[in-house]
Amino acid sequence: MTEDARRILIVDDEAPIRRYLRVVLGAQGYTLFEAAGGQDALNAVLGDRPDLIILDLGLPDMDGVEVTRRLREWSQTPIIILSVREAEGDKIAALDAGADDYLVKPFGTGELLARIRAALRRQADDSEEPVIQAGPLRMDLSRRMVTVDDREIVLTPTEYDLLRILMRNAGRVMTHRQLLRLVWGPAYENEMHLLRVNVSNLRRKLDPDPSSPSPIRTEPGVGYRLVE
Amino acid sequence: MDTRPDPDFLLAQLKAEDKVRRRGSLKIFLGYAAGVGKTYAMLEAARHRKSQGVDVVAGYIETHGRAETELLLAGLEILPRSETEYHGIRLPEMDVDAILARRPALVLVDEFAHTNAPGSRHPKRYLDVEEIRDAGIDVFTTLNVQHIESLNDVVAQVTGVIVRETVPDRVFDQADDIEVVDLPPEELLIRLKEGKVYVPDQAARAIGNFFRRGNLTALREITLRRAAKRVDDQMRAYMHAREIPGPWAAGERLMVCISPGALGDRLIRSARRLADEWQCEWRAVYVETPDHARLSTPEQEQIARALTRAEELGAKTVTLTGSPLQEVLLHYARRHNITRILVGKSLRPVWQEWLRGSLVNRLIRESGPIDIFVISGEQEKPEPVPVSGFFPHRPLNRYFRSVILVAAATAVSFLIRDHIAPTNLVMVYLLAVVIAATNLGKGPSILASLLGVLAFDFFFVPPYMTFAVSDTEYILTFAALFAVGFVISHLADRLRVQAEVAERRRVETASLYGLSRDLAVSNSMEGILRAITDNIAQTFNRDVVVFLPDRAGTLGPIAATADYQVGENELAVAEWAFKHGQSAGRGTETLPAAQARYLPLRTSSAVIGVLAVRPHDPSRHLAPEGYRLLEGFASQAALAVERVLLSEQAQQAKLLEATEKLQSAMLNSISHDLRTPLVSITGALTSLEDQAEALNEEDRRSLIRTAREETERLNRLVGNLLSMTRIESGALALHRQPEDVQDILRTAVELLGNRAAENPIRVNVPPDFPPIPVDFALIAQVMVNILENAVKYSPPGSPIDINAGEDGATAHIEVADCGVGIPPEEAAHVFEKFYRVQRPENVSGTGLGLSICKGIIDAHGGKIFAMPRAGGGTIIAIELPLAE
Repeated sequence: MTEDARRILIVDDEAPIRRYLRVVLGAQGYTLFEAAGGQDALNAVLGDRPDLIILDLGLPDMDGVEVTRRLREWSQTPIIILSVREAEGDKIAALDAGADDYLVKPFGTGELLARIRAALRRQADDSEEPVIQAGPLRMDLSRRMVTVDDREIVLTPTEYDLLRILMRNAGRVMTHRQLLRLVWGPAYENEMHLLRVNVSNLRRKLDPDPSSPSPIRTEPGVGYRLVE
Repeated sequence: MDTRPDPDFLLAQLKAEDKVRRRGSLKIFLGYAAGVGKTYAMLEAARHRKSQGVDVVAGYIETHGRAETELLLAGLEILPRSETEYHGIRLPEMDVDAILARRPALVLVDEFAHTNAPGSRHPKRYLDVEEIRDAGIDVFTTLNVQHIESLNDVVAQVTGVIVRETVPDRVFDQADDIEVVDLPPEELLIRLKEGKVYVPDQAARAIGNFFRRGNLTALREITLRRAAKRVDDQMRAYMHAREIPGPWAAGERLMVCISPGALGDRLIRSARRLADEWQCEWRAVYVETPDHARLSTPEQEQIARALTRAEELGAKTVTLTGSPLQEVLLHYARRHNITRILVGKSLRPVWQEWLRGSLVNRLIRESGPIDIFVISGEQEKPEPVPVSGFFPHRPLNRYFRSVILVAAATAVSFLIRDHIAPTNLVMVYLLAVVIAATNLGKGPSILASLLGVLAFDFFFVPPYMTFAVSDTEYILTFAALFAVGFVISHLADRLRVQAEVAERRRVETASLYGLSRDLAVSNSMEGILRAITDNIAQTFNRDVVVFLPDRAGTLGPIAATADYQVGENELAVAEWAFKHGQSAGRGTETLPAAQARYLPLRTSSAVIGVLAVRPHDPSRHLAPEGYRLLEGFASQAALAVERVLLSEQAQQAKLLEATEKLQSAMLNSISHDLRTPLVSITGALTSLEDQAEALNEEDRRSLIRTAREETERLNRLVGNLLSMTRIESGALALHRQPEDVQDILRTAVELLGNRAAENPIRVNVPPDFPPIPVDFALIAQVMVNILENAVKYSPPGSPIDINAGEDGATAHIEVADCGVGIPPEEAAHVFEKFYRVQRPENVSGTGLGLSICKGIIDAHGGKIFAMPRAGGGTIIAIELPLAE
């Protein structure tokens, strides 16, 4: 099954990784462009006008976060960054600078494709859909009703807002700060406990069984992601 | 008499030969008087060598303006002289540094016995030559016979001219080659008339005396004999080394007695000559009687110098204590099988001899089979040299005080005269005499006796106020008073001084003991250095610095008594002592102008440092006993320092070995564990590549699944190694936030993925569990590792329970499995790196998992431990503090 020919720019200095991405994404029907460095990437975005950018953080000539920041000065193209497991600080910095999601190396193809899809969907989906569906979870915004497997759940207004934002960005990571800013306002950027308590309550309401994984997944050190 | 060669002798011979090989050779052109042509002969020989291609350089040549000599200098490279400034006068001296820098094969140095200007590196030119030889450069030099130490006084007797510049016999004997430059006296006199002989101005007066035919002949004979003796010595050495039995000496042993005022130097030199003649070893003995402490300073120094000189000339020196003199000497002589004793007889007036007795006579009388040799002569006037107050000196107001005592006794007697009979009044005076004897010394107490008798006579014996005596019985009283006073004072004095001597010896021994005890106790370098500096500073009342080389070998002051600043010059002296392994500085022959004395710390293997000792008062010197004690301290110190250095080295070596072993084991393990997953991955991929047709769908899926699982395993292993490295290097950065336990556990289970597929995990967290301040990612990893461990050791299907609890201050999380369990003795070890419980087969993993857990939990300030579970299995429990 092929998507419509979306254009993806691959930015990575490692040739084997570029080759792998080219093969896999090409098979999915995406049109691909490549860049091996930060400066190349910036030029390529101008020249090739991709719909999505896959950006490795460990570039030789420019810091990946710097590339993101510069891009965001004049482009809203979704960016997925590639990073290593421990570099949490870099991940957060990139996400705060405007990247949309991240992938930890080594990653599986399924995960890659899912993230790409999520990022592209958000791009396309600017209009407010009244109903959002993610697995058994369903949110009717016009009626302010949330159901899990058609069972209604009662949420507080804050929890509702939180869930709405997560579902709007389903499949995509939201940093703690982004969530706090969007749900409570910029003044509450650092009130981690607020977020934690609400997420915890939300989780309990959505999925009472503690041993089964919740639809709201913790991205350690970074934020939360609603899995679809 | 044992004619076999002495093994020590052979060893010394070998060492000497060895040293000679590496050292430059010395050839001395020996003459019996100025003008025989030594310099000329040296230059001729040098030119001959030069023509053979040897690199010859003139270090210091004194031509005295003689044309024929200057002719010979032509064509030779002459090194410029250095100029030392002394009291405003510029004095040219030989430039040793220039010679060492130039490094010729052969250097010519005139006037071997010359004394260098003050401020030069060595006080004597022959010491400069030693240094040049040590650098491997050969030397030619010239010398007159009267400059040889042991012949100095003999020549003085012949010529009437005393020469003060001498060269020690050992230096002369060590020369590789002696060439006698001989000239018949008649010809020398002719040359003198022709003005071809240079004579220094000062000796112009004595020139008539010196250049007499008889003198010259005598001198010539002395010279030739000395040279012949050297040949004789060499022959004997040759025979001895080659084990040729020969006419060995009859085995005499000579002892020379040194006593105050008894000819000092001359005695020592005679002893040396006799020892040479009789081919025997000799010792110099000094007996420290109770009188010694009361000798005047110059006399004490004379004795010290005589002993030092004797040592330089090759004697063994001994200081004995005791009294009477001849008994101590003979006792020692008998014990050491001395066959001949040499004493000096000073010519004192007969009445003195009659009063004090003559040691010589006493010796002769009691010596038995030992031969006594007596050397007569004028008493030498000692040269004053300040010597340190190692032996305290008494002021002369003792006599004054004894007078006071007698006066006091008289006053007391006046007071009680009405109640006491005169004969008993004497007791008061006796008391005064006894007090004087015990506190003031022999002389003052004898004075007290005398004065007491007189006072008693004058004041208390009728007729009063006269010295006449009416009752002749009182004569007896006087005599008795005087005699008793005399005897008591004598005894008390001896006793006291003996006690003093013994006390001093005790203090010396105690100080050495104190040092060795302190050294034995310390194990660290600072402890040892402190023990050294404290002990030496206390014992010798001087400032101390210890120099030790750093890793690069540069010497630096490491420990010092307070406020001792080491200047650059001083450091240079220390370095010299270090490099050459010899004492330098004050009181030595090298760089004597230095502030302190520098002793090398030598051990059997090498010189490991330098000890510097500086007196508080620059004018005070140590007596030879003091130097000996100091050297004793230095060798103790050297051993202790070496001990610490060696033990440090040994520890480091052990540590290095252990580390290497561990590293090697670790690398092997990691190498294996990294490669193993690659086997399946490579296998799967290559077969999919090459054998695609031979495999059906199921096979392909199976291969792919295996490869994928193995990549995950490899990824985990790499992650573990990185975590371990981070923990070990302290680079573990903790970002602590209050986190939800449920969240952590849920994430952990998710991360575990399908590894836990066959073991249901049951999570039990009480509601309202408080958040724990932890680094989410790290603690999640801890839980993953623990769960992974539990799964590995559990049979499929058995459940794994996670229970959380808290008690207000600490949170507890327990992971319990129903697996094979851990033997109790291994429970503590499972958290060690690379540790794996031996029992289960086919369990993979490097054994890093739990040690990473421990590292992370420790960084959080928590605890982790393993316990057996009742009913089988293991519980791994974590405690984490709830406070920030």
